[in-house]
Amino acid sequence: MGYTLNFSAVWRSFDQLLWGLALSLGLAFVAIAIGCVLGLITAFGLLSKQGALRHPARIYVTIIRNTPILVLVLFTFFALPQLGIRLGKIESFVATLALYSGAYLAEVFRGGLLAVPNGLKEAGLAIGLTQAQIRNSIVMPLMLRNVLPSLSSTLISLFKDTSLAAAIAVPELTFEARKINVESFRVIETWIVASCLYVATCSVLAALLRQLEQRMSIPR
Amino acid sequence: MTGNLLEIRDLHKRYGEVEVLKGVDCTMAQGDVISIIGSSGSGKTTMLRCINMLEEFQGGSIRIDGEEIGYDTAGGTRRRKKEKEIARQRAMTGMAFQQFNLFPHMSAAENVMLGLVKVKKMARDEARIVAEKWLDRVGLAERRDRFPGQLSGGQQQRVAIARAIAMNPKLMLFDEVTSALDPELVNEVLQVIKDLARDGMSMLLVTHEMRFAYEVSSRVIFMNQGRIGEEGNPREMFLKPQTERLAEFLKTSTFN
Repeated sequence: MGYTLNFSAVWRSFDQLLWGLALSLGLAFVAIAIGCVLGLITAFGLLSKQGALRHPARIYVTIIRNTPILVLVLFTFFALPQLGIRLGKIESFVATLALYSGAYLAEVFRGGLLAVPNGLKEAGLAIGLTQAQIRNSIVMPLMLRNVLPSLSSTLISLFKDTSLAAAIAVPELTFEARKINVESFRVIETWIVASCLYVATCSVLAALLRQLEQRMSIPR
Repeated sequence: MTGNLLEIRDLHKRYGEVEVLKGVDCTMAQGDVISIIGSSGSGKTTMLRCINMLEEFQGGSIRIDGEEIGYDTAGGTRRRKKEKEIARQRAMTGMAFQQFNLFPHMSAAENVMLGLVKVKKMARDEARIVAEKWLDRVGLAERRDRFPGQLSGGQQQRVAIARAIAMNPKLMLFDEVTSALDPELVNEVLQVIKDLARDGMSMLLVTHEMRFAYEVSSRVIFMNQGRIGEEGNPREMFLKPQTERLAEFLKTSTFN
């Protein structure tokens, strides 16, 4: 049983894969950007002394983190229209991934905030800084440095989750690969190339984040 | 208006059920250097932290230059002042902490500049000049661009003192500033404080350095179980303690 690898069909449709990859990156970028804001607000909520802020934040994180993302994707796309909320498939997926990344990033940020020593906030208070100034000049910059190492793996994982958009026919990388696979019957070749594109993209992402980490590291 | 720089009246502070300050009275004039001594848990640090509202307090009043700190008590009700107002009042005092608490992501100069720029609204160039002047005063002009992680404990504490002093406070609070230092680094910090005292800075120091308290203070306060156990000039206090508690405390303290 000899199988000869033949990539020519895949190369012919390579443009399609690249466009798919571009869309994957776009989805991830927008969703994670919204997710970062959402996660930051939620993280402060989780650490709030006021129950009115803390409880909703905890409920949000608990529900989202304990539901498979595929279920969330399908729910947003198929169930929400029944409730009168109609979104296009791309908007629907971006909203889902934003909500999902918000919950994950909230926990990452919460850990980073907890690791900022209380004494530094007191030192800020002692020179007359307001809470907002302490948050912006001391807490956030240190939190960011604290979370960068673990943020990188969360971001990569969130980027890979864009492949689930294929389930609702968003023409991102996985969806395009499946199309080529069906049209060309070159199963192995198609998925090898698609995988390589994911690996390459994630490696670049990881390298960029490592560089950021180094650039932001505190001299000692 | 009594003309006192600091006036503490019947200060009460509770953590839940535990009362840590049970009615402290203390006044201080411009230029006074007062050391607060006492065993751990006697309330010395808590008293210091009430003065700049790092701790809430439940009873009594604190005034700096006649201005009531932290709470409005007019009309018989007691309300915490607004956060912004408290921030402004905190800037009237400067504080140095046991653990230095330098901002680790900023250079020595930036640590000093932060309050000048954000609170005093100075331009960055101007703030840098002030910061460099004070870093020079604490003997760290050449280290101004170093980060806290690149400085020794003694150097970090001197930067922390410069950071507080640069804000031009009416009163400096020192909270066991040498307790976290290796013995050989203690002196450089004490020397900086002595220089400030000689320049007429009003200071309140919580300290375990008895010889230093003896040498630098115009008055010593001995705290005991949430109250002022005894106070007076250092010579009388250390040589002729009036209470048994102080005599006992001094016996267990080292003078070096």
